[in-house]
Amino acid sequence: MTARMKNKIEILDLSVRFGDAVALQGVTLNIAENEILSIIGPANSGKSTLLMAINRMIERVTNATVEGSVLLGGQDVAAIRDVQELRRRIGMVYAMPIPLPMSIRDNILFGPRLVRRLRKSASDDLVEQTLVASYLWDEVKDRLDSSAVKLSGGQQQRLCIARTLAVGPEVIMFDEPCSGLDPISTAKVEEAMKELKARHTLILVTNNTKQAARVGDRTAFLLMGKLIEVDDTNKIFTAPGDKRTEDYVTGKFG
Amino acid sequence: MRIPPSITQKIAKISLTLACASAVAALVFVIGFVLVGGLKHVTWAFLTEPILDMGRAGGILPAIVGTILMVFVAIGIAAPLGIASAIYLAEYTQEGKVTQTIRFGINCLAGVPSIIFGLFGFILFVVMLGFGWSIISGGLSLAAMVLPTIIRTAEEAMRAVPRNYRDVAASLGATRWQVVTRAVLPYALPGVLTGVILGIGRSIEETAVVIFTAGSAVQMPRSLFDSARTMSVHFYILAREGISNDNAYATAAVLICTILVINITAYTMMHRLMRGRRAA
Repeated sequence: MTARMKNKIEILDLSVRFGDAVALQGVTLNIAENEILSIIGPANSGKSTLLMAINRMIERVTNATVEGSVLLGGQDVAAIRDVQELRRRIGMVYAMPIPLPMSIRDNILFGPRLVRRLRKSASDDLVEQTLVASYLWDEVKDRLDSSAVKLSGGQQQRLCIARTLAVGPEVIMFDEPCSGLDPISTAKVEEAMKELKARHTLILVTNNTKQAARVGDRTAFLLMGKLIEVDDTNKIFTAPGDKRTEDYVTGKFG
Repeated sequence: MRIPPSITQKIAKISLTLACASAVAALVFVIGFVLVGGLKHVTWAFLTEPILDMGRAGGILPAIVGTILMVFVAIGIAAPLGIASAIYLAEYTQEGKVTQTIRFGINCLAGVPSIIFGLFGFILFVVMLGFGWSIISGGLSLAAMVLPTIIRTAEEAMRAVPRNYRDVAASLGATRWQVVTRAVLPYALPGVLTGVILGIGRSIEETAVVIFTAGSAVQMPRSLFDSARTMSVHFYILAREGISNDNAYATAAVLICTILVINITAYTMMHRLMRGRRAA
């Protein structure tokens, strides 16, 4: 399926160093439009670094040097003058749910309010729409003005997804979004991801190979900063091309 | 021989309680001493009349006005400047030789005796810039004195805000300035305000700087370029020169009440603000 679809993100020979430590080494990888690409690999294999290079959050790290390029819809992200615009186009959901200490509504409107004032009706619509998409609406529709910090961990994470959706991203990156969640919350988050695929391109970094198998259309395996292989998820988990991938997905290490 | 943990626990609890109790007792004693000695001489006339006969008679209205104006000038300059510097240090630079040097300098300044700031203000504002002994010279010197405190507290308060908040805000498309104003400052505000309140307190209680730079005129100031005395200076002169013990105590009582009122108002405001935010 991959070759037939249009590429949303093209990563070309990307290398990242933090000082002298190499975090990513010559990674070349395409992510097709409206697919979920899972990225798996043991700790320190460069998964999060890859995400940070895509939305240029890596520029906030002092000693990071980036070589190679990342294209978003054919355009080099390094050439995008307005990095804020890039980050609105590529949303990010972090490992730990990080609700800002404000109301549920204000959390969702945080992003949109950075660029424009919203009328009440427009903001109400946006809040509902994003909460529905993140499978949280039914649980919080009666207390939109109560503190987001009071929600459970799973609800907070879905709120973070809604907050990311509110800025209207084309791509959404999840960095181990379920690492702190119970199985039921995890299922809800995964459900939301599968729905989101219809209108977004998703990148899912996960430590949980089973999760990658459940949600990913394709799966990429990173090891020590190198891309070992990327293929259809089924293939990666049943007949991987590389011995190291096989060892990892069958739980021999990592 | 080892002392059993249950005993060390008891000893620790008793000594910590005692330490805390003596700290509170000292505070209560000092405040009580001044209020008991002073409040009985505080009348409406004392608060609203000019200083007569060098303070033997009349009230302290000029000193009250002098105090308010000088603190306003000092904090009006030191708070924005200090908070801006703190934002720069905490959010706009990378940690390195330069910031370490700046921070070292600030820490040194915070430890400089106030009399030095008085001398500095006298030379720079009173003499070189020709402001003379005036509220403006006094206010500027006080500002220089409280600036390090405000910068340090504000910077620490901002650093205490979780790094995550900054990442989230940036990932949602916030510029650095928006990160500061929307994801850092709101949550650092209590700490930042604490620094400002400390600054207000120090400006009100300061005598050395004020005597050097604002003089000690007893007349009601008519502009910021007039000399004036603050309540602290008034108290100092009354007590030091044995002019009137009763009026000295009364002035001290008013001074303490002022500081209490400022603190209580500031903390209530802050509490409301934070509660409102959490509920929101």
